[in-house]
Amino acid sequence: MENSAIIQINQLIKRFPMGKGEFTALKGINLDFGTGEFAGLIGPSGSGKTTLLNIIGSLDMPTEGEAVVLGKPISKLSSKESAKLRKESLGFIFQSYNLLQVHTVFENVEFPLLLLDYTTAERKKMVMDALEWVGLTDKVKSKPPQLSGGECQRVAIARAMVKKPSLVLADEPTANLDAANSHNILQTMLNLNRELKTTFIFATHDEKVIGYLKRKIFLKDGLVDHEEWINQ
Amino acid sequence: MPILIVAVGVAMSVFLHAYITGLMNDSIEMNAKLSFGHVKVVTKSFAENISQMPTDLALLETTALKEKLNQEFPDVAWVERIQFGGLIDAPDENGETKSQGPALGIGVDLFSASTGQGGEAERMGMAKSLVRGRLPEMKGEIVLSELFSQKLGVNPGDKITLIGSTMNGAMSYYNFILAGTLSFGVQVMDKGTIVADIEDVRLALDMDDAATEITGLFGSGYFSADLAADVKEKFLSDFPNLENDEYAPVMLSLKDQGSMGQFVDLSNTMGSIITFVFMLAMSLVLWNAGLLGGIRRYGEFGIRLAMGEEKKQVYRTLVYESVMIGIAGSVFGTAIGLFFAWLMQTYGLDLGDSMKGSSMMMPTIIRARITPVDFYIGFLPGIVSTLIGAMLAGIGIYKRKTSQLFKELEA
Ligand SMILES: Nc1ncnc2c1ncn2[C@@H]1O[C@H](COP(=O)(O)OP(=O)(O)OP(=O)(O)O)[C@@H](O)[C@H]1O
Ligand SMILES: [Mg+2]
Repeated sequence: MENSAIIQINQLIKRFPMGKGEFTALKGINLDFGTGEFAGLIGPSGSGKTTLLNIIGSLDMPTEGEAVVLGKPISKLSSKESAKLRKESLGFIFQSYNLLQVHTVFENVEFPLLLLDYTTAERKKMVMDALEWVGLTDKVKSKPPQLSGGECQRVAIARAMVKKPSLVLADEPTANLDAANSHNILQTMLNLNRELKTTFIFATHDEKVIGYLKRKIFLKDGLVDHEEWINQ
Repeated sequence: MPILIVAVGVAMSVFLHAYITGLMNDSIEMNAKLSFGHVKVVTKSFAENISQMPTDLALLETTALKEKLNQEFPDVAWVERIQFGGLIDAPDENGETKSQGPALGIGVDLFSASTGQGGEAERMGMAKSLVRGRLPEMKGEIVLSELFSQKLGVNPGDKITLIGSTMNGAMSYYNFILAGTLSFGVQVMDKGTIVADIEDVRLALDMDDAATEITGLFGSGYFSADLAADVKEKFLSDFPNLENDEYAPVMLSLKDQGSMGQFVDLSNTMGSIITFVFMLAMSLVLWNAGLLGGIRRYGEFGIRLAMGEEKKQVYRTLVYESVMIGIAGSVFGTAIGLFFAWLMQTYGLDLGDSMKGSSMMMPTIIRARITPVDFYIGFLPGIVSTLIGAMLAGIGIYKRKTSQLFKELEA
């Protein structure tokens, strides 16, 4: 159903050194993602969701195998090249928001744009647009400590979306939110997925998130157990 | 906040350095003013027997000599002084000896205006040291150390007799009126010191136009070994050291006299060691603060790296910021440190009674002294340590995987 592959994962293995030996977190993953997917990695704690997401996001390196993201082989990227990939094409949403506490909502959302070549006026417009998407235009000057958890996560979504990346990776984005807020931000992300054709990949075990996914990838012990596609 | 930590550390370093310099300096200056001078001119043989204070080896024609010194060294304040030993005899109503005691005498110019600002009384801090009575106001009046006066059982207004020997070796008796008593706060001086006007002493000891020494104090008010060496060198070319002339004038610097040389060196060494140890401690504190400050920001760095900032760039901003913090903190801290040092230099800290009876020649009022070093000494721990701390913290950015930086944020 998707036209072009945005991610190709081939025999991906990830081992972590542990004590004297090693621990294999991913044991040979094969997955492809197409543009515009709204997919999720689902699995119990320790199944390797975060590990896989980190490799796709070029925050970590494969031990064996390869993950090609937007045409870039992650295992072969220098730290400079992976920074460039993240800067231009990727957005991250984390469980614990990870906002810069001493900066305002505006500055937090503006930050990814500062690494790119936009003028002040362009940046201002883009930040305000992003805050519009998440419904936070009235909190521009607030700082994270003054916001609720749901508002913080919406700032994080705006920050991930502001540069209109091709791919957004969201690791347990609702873990710290109540049901109403969870549905709210998921709806927001679904809208953005539709309007901007942004590919979303979640890592979650939250039923509320799973209900929104159009593709469910079940991980178990570092392997893909099975998949489910929901066609509308 | 980090700026404040740096500023406090730097301020403490600067203040401590000025304080120690002042402490060491005050002791030296007090010794210089009371007896040693920054430099002094004596006869060659007097220099060789200086501990016995041999008045028979005094300088002659000192008025002319002093005049010449004033011409050659206008920046040095020259004064004639006579240091002498003798016996003080306190008579009862009938003129019979009531009590007696050995005395260390100093004859200084108490009355003439030629001795410069405030004169010798001021230089020796006599007004501040006064315990009973008043300072001498006319010829024939004398002051005793308070302890000595108690030992002799004499009071201001009493008559006392100095029994000494003249320059020519004859016995001499001279009557004084006790004007008041002094306490210098220095045991050596408080035991048995008498201070008299130099003209009285000249009469008493038959030392017309003579003095045991001509003492010079530098215009800066502070002893400088370098300056003393320069002055000595110039003096030597004006007054060549004649081998056979026992009475030829020679110049001694403060450091040439008795244990003062060791005292000056010890002071400097002690000062340096204390300052060094303190600076080292301060450096460790600031180094640690810089390190912790950097580590606390690992989460932020993780976010920035995830956004696509390069490691090099993140590291560079960390180092750059720490330098900025170091500079700002150092400037601010140096200003604060100098301010407190200045307060302490101007007003001093009166330790008063707690220091009394000390056997060391230590002043009772502690003053800081600001030297040029104080303007930059704080920058060492302030900038270097902060920078090193930040650089070490920054290594973590390279060593750790980006994904790991988040774990530390979430923990
Ligand atoms: N840096 C690391 N060093 C060693 N082991 C690690 C490291 N990161 C992850 N692991 C291990 O790899 C396995 C998978 O971890 P991962 O974080 O991917 O799980 P997860 O599916 O995201 O779990 P959760 O739902 O609890 O977030 C776990 O057993 C974990 O202990
Ligand atoms: Mg996880």
